[in-house]
Amino acid sequence: MISVRNLWKVFGSNPEAIIGSPDAALTRQELRAKTGNTIAVRDVSFDVAPGEVFVVMGLSGSGKSTLVRCMTRLIEPTQGELRFEDEDILKVDEKRLRELRKTRFSMVFQHFGLLPHRKVIDNVAYSLEINGVGKSERHARANEVIDLVGLQGYAQAYPEQLSGGMQQRVGLARALAVDPQVLFLDEPFSALDPLIRRDMQTEVIRLHHQLGKTMVFITHDLAEAVKLGDRIAIMRDGAIVQIGTPEELVAQPADDYVANFVRDFPKSHILTLRWIARKPQPGEDLNGPILAPSITVRNATRQIIESSLPIRVMENGNLLGVVTAVEVLHLISGQD
Amino acid sequence: MATTLLSKPANEPAPVVAKKSKLSFQLSLLTGSFLFFALLLRGIATLPLDTSSLTSFQNWLNSVSDWIGNNRTSNPVFTFFINVIRDFIDTFVTGIQDLISQAVGNNASPLLGWFGIVVMLSYLAYAVANLRIALLVCGGLISLGLLGYWQESMDTLALTLAAVVLALIVGIPLGICAGLFPRFEKIITPALDFAQVMPTFVYLTPVTLFFLIGPASATIVTMVYAIPPALRITAVALHEVPWSSVEAAISMGSTRMQALRKVQLPQAKRTIVVGINQTIMAALSMVTIAALIDAPGLGRVVIRALESLDIGSSFQAGLGIVILAVVLDRTTTAAASKVDAENSHLLDHKHHRQILKIGALLSLIAIIISRIYIWAGNFPGTGVLGHDIATYTDNATNWFQAHFVNVTNAITNAISYGLLNPLQSLLTNSPWFVTGLAFVLLAAILGGRKLALVATFCVLGIVGTGLWSDTMATLASVLVASIATVTIGIVVGVWIGRSKRADQIIRPILDAGQVLPAFVYLVPFLGLFGATRFTAIMAAIVYAAPASIKLMADGIAGIPASISEAGIAAGSSKWQMIIKVQLPSARRAVALSTNQGIIYVLAMVVVGGLVGAGGLGYLVVAGFAQLNLTGKGLAAGLAIVLLGILLDRITQAAAVRSTLQGK
Amino acid sequence: MFKSHRFRRGATLMLVVSAITFALPAAVPAQAAASCGTVNLADNAWVGYEADLAVVSYVLKNSLGCKVVVKNISEQVSWQGFPTGQVDAILENWGHEDLAAKYITKQKVAVDLGSTGNNGVIGWYVVPWMVAKYPGITNYKNLNKYASLFKTSESGSMGAFLDGDPSYVTNDAAIIKNLKLNYKVIFTGSEAALITSFRTAQAQKKPMIGYFYEPQWFLAEVPLVHVTLPKWTTGCDANPKTVACDYPPYPLNKVASVKFMNSGSPAATVIKNFKWTNADQNSVAKSLAVGKLTDDAAAKIWVDAHPAIVKAWLGK
Repeated sequence: MISVRNLWKVFGSNPEAIIGSPDAALTRQELRAKTGNTIAVRDVSFDVAPGEVFVVMGLSGSGKSTLVRCMTRLIEPTQGELRFEDEDILKVDEKRLRELRKTRFSMVFQHFGLLPHRKVIDNVAYSLEINGVGKSERHARANEVIDLVGLQGYAQAYPEQLSGGMQQRVGLARALAVDPQVLFLDEPFSALDPLIRRDMQTEVIRLHHQLGKTMVFITHDLAEAVKLGDRIAIMRDGAIVQIGTPEELVAQPADDYVANFVRDFPKSHILTLRWIARKPQPGEDLNGPILAPSITVRNATRQIIESSLPIRVMENGNLLGVVTAVEVLHLISGQD
Repeated sequence: MATTLLSKPANEPAPVVAKKSKLSFQLSLLTGSFLFFALLLRGIATLPLDTSSLTSFQNWLNSVSDWIGNNRTSNPVFTFFINVIRDFIDTFVTGIQDLISQAVGNNASPLLGWFGIVVMLSYLAYAVANLRIALLVCGGLISLGLLGYWQESMDTLALTLAAVVLALIVGIPLGICAGLFPRFEKIITPALDFAQVMPTFVYLTPVTLFFLIGPASATIVTMVYAIPPALRITAVALHEVPWSSVEAAISMGSTRMQALRKVQLPQAKRTIVVGINQTIMAALSMVTIAALIDAPGLGRVVIRALESLDIGSSFQAGLGIVILAVVLDRTTTAAASKVDAENSHLLDHKHHRQILKIGALLSLIAIIISRIYIWAGNFPGTGVLGHDIATYTDNATNWFQAHFVNVTNAITNAISYGLLNPLQSLLTNSPWFVTGLAFVLLAAILGGRKLALVATFCVLGIVGTGLWSDTMATLASVLVASIATVTIGIVVGVWIGRSKRADQIIRPILDAGQVLPAFVYLVPFLGLFGATRFTAIMAAIVYAAPASIKLMADGIAGIPASISEAGIAAGSSKWQMIIKVQLPSARRAVALSTNQGIIYVLAMVVVGGLVGAGGLGYLVVAGFAQLNLTGKGLAAGLAIVLLGILLDRITQAAAVRSTLQGK
Repeated sequence: MFKSHRFRRGATLMLVVSAITFALPAAVPAQAAASCGTVNLADNAWVGYEADLAVVSYVLKNSLGCKVVVKNISEQVSWQGFPTGQVDAILENWGHEDLAAKYITKQKVAVDLGSTGNNGVIGWYVVPWMVAKYPGITNYKNLNKYASLFKTSESGSMGAFLDGDPSYVTNDAAIIKNLKLNYKVIFTGSEAALITSFRTAQAQKKPMIGYFYEPQWFLAEVPLVHVTLPKWTTGCDANPKTVACDYPPYPLNKVASVKFMNSGSPAATVIKNFKWTNADQNSVAKSLAVGKLTDDAAAKIWVDAHPAIVKAWLGK
């Protein structure tokens, strides 16, 4: 649905000259000292499938926010290709771009970006308003989405009268109002308290199940990424270090950076039996209970430990391997 | 006269931070060598110029002015451009005057009689603010009439309104451009700095050269002074709008215009109203000075009182200006906070609308009455209140003069002989290249090569005007007044910065001091200290101290609580707190208040030319009164501007330095 | 931009209100039938001029119903107002041959309306108490001997010579230089400051020398004594750099713009006929400066006391 190829964003004067030159290989500090330029996005490529939740994760300054802005051209990329349903987004003119923004893309921002002088309902209806939708029609639609995000009864309130979490619900409602195909969420919950953040994550999952929107979700929080993401891209210094499912990242980190990242994350929460199943040893009793490979270790732990026999991991009638308490303990203690 | 230039220093390239001890070593070495060479070479190359002598540059300026005079009615630049602007502004101002202040045609009163004006303006105040403000407006306007200066006050109001409206028409769109396009802002900022640093006095002559003496010129000089705050604050207002909401709007497909109209402007509204407030205050402070070029109104009363040493009338008219200022200030401030209230949605609209309709009807009736009945047309009575106030002021000042003339003389002489004369003689007798080089080196130490270049340009420019010696005389007065201003600024500033109660008592006095036209206290000072430079210095101190004190107090009050707490926790005494913790933490405020102090002082010392202070100020005044001195007056104006830029840039560099050291 | 409904509604209402009211005929009548229109009079910064202006304006307003617009501009700049139409008349002109040549003779935009009846004298004056104590002080040749008496904080090692308003055209600095006098010109800034200085000096028996002129009501209060300078001869003051002689006698006159004189305004006649004595001027000037009366009040006293003269000005 979205396809990004060799995307670059270089800040500073004469940015094109950097790309392809030896300077592009320099670290950020070196480049900045030498030419004054900063590479925010470095040769990034990936695809997002329809209905997928694609998470971009990285520390602050890794270029993830710039990347998501490049994808809607809030920031003009320096070079590269960006396709949305076979349309080259980087080539479309201003008018078409606005049309795409009005109808296909929506964005949710870290600091909400609500308009303080407008009521909730008029905030939600803003994009409909600039789409030229009449007042009663847009208010009807706005009320629908307000209900959808659980803000019943707050349509006439002003943003500053709401809590942070509720404000971001307004942000979500606003983004959903035009029924877009893709939702870009730029660290939408970073400014919220941990408890509220968890609620909102659940809310997003719920909405995703209900509406099935494609989402590009930016975060610096691995737990959030794992919780929401179908796939996660990890960024560092503007480049994508690794793309994979949460399991892949945890089980097979591409380099030390990623490994470091996922090290402290409780692996048993992510990894499924598939990853720890081993070949049965000769003479092992293969009459133990059967579990599917897609069950996470955490959820299987109790059964595994309580079983006196090795657990068989079976998929479609084939034995993938066996699991015993030893493997589980190894995983949990981090000695795998 | 000049507002803060806060926009500047932050972005300036930071000079390499020298160690503090190295800096003070460099500065004392510079001072030492300056004194050594100034005294060694004294009397050489001091570039004096007789009052009646003219340099070729000044003669050239004279011929330019003559040329303009002779071609005013024939040259197309004038007939198609300048005269058109003049006619337009003239018509605009006279239109407003016809409306509120000047009798029209065969009528004995303006289109709106006083009664109509009072009711209508009170109503408008209610509409944009609240009932309390409406009552203030009503009371304020009536007291203007009781002072006996109804018509003059309305003339002043008319001129202020005209200038403010035009300034906003120019300033707000440009401010929006500056807020949207950083590049435009970068280009326009130096021009704004220039307009605000320049003593207002200086551009009277060039403006009258093109637009003649009269309402148009008065409006234009007021605009020159009022546009910068309008423009700057509008730009700031747009910057203040959280970028996230603009970005959100664009991400939803808004055009740039839609984002501006639906997102940025509504959120910037409050700050823009604050900008309107600042614009009005700037304009009001300028209309008195504009009276020097025949601006009508209260300013003219003050100037005439200055000419006839009539302390009573000058105070009375000054009071009128203060009342106008308070009324306009409070109304616009209340309007701004009402914008806030609207944003937080606390208003009961329907009820309000009913009252507004009734108010409009009442205004209509009042206006009709004011056009039918003589009592409601022209303010009745002869200003009994004003007369009493004038007599009382006169008596008080006479008493004070009679009893303290020896004291004031002694002060004048002590300061003049003890400080001013030696300093002036040092500066005027030092060779120009020694003093000039000292300036350039000082600039180099504080601000690096770029500033040294600016200083060189200014020094050579002043030499080029042919008025080096007069500039040095003016500089001596400026320095003495600045030292006093900065001292007062720090002492009082620290005091009210530390004590909330002191702040509550002193601040209104400071506010009034800033609004009162400087000419008003020039008159009694002239009585007390005679026609001396000291009078100008005193007036300059009174004029500059409020700004200096306020900046200082805000700096002290703005020190983060954690720093103060750490100081107290360490067991510091009150004095240790002030000297070791608060003043160093507020270093930037000290430097800024010094900068503002000097700029204000310069503006006022120049005005001192009107009361016998001589120097560049006298030449400017003489320049626009005497035709053969026009060129010299223009040159003197230029010298003042160059001196102003020099002092401003050097003190700003010092401010930047102190900020860096603070880190 | 401020699309608060209330505000917009208020503004609209006000507009309607204004429109309706201006359509109403004004019922407040003017004080006299007016065929006179507007008269623009220059206002120069000395009290003698203010006296002329007060009386002429009073007569124009009250007898002819003119609208008088007073232009606060200095004497030389007033002349520049003739070609631009900013100024219709100057009521008390002191000399200015160069300007007369330019605007009357050459450009033909102004016309000399003859004497005001006043004769002007400009010169150097000392306070009277000094004359008895310091013999010969009224002769410029002895001034250097007494220079140290006049020292002030402003004049440094030289004697202070006080001048008035910066707009006054004076030769003092040049005369001092060319007569090699050890004095420095200090500008007090205004006529009133000059008067106050003279008054204080006389009262406290302090030395003072300065620029002054007649007719001036103050001379009746403190009879300042004229200092003799080298006698004025035609042309001795032609070059402002080399001038070393006294000021010329000034027969004061009125000047008006040609356009105004041809306009048929009855005000033109009054200004043309305006003529009075030094004593007349001094009495009005004193009401203004000492009595602190308003222009109209001071003028009324004099006008009520001199109906015949005013009648003559009106050409009746």
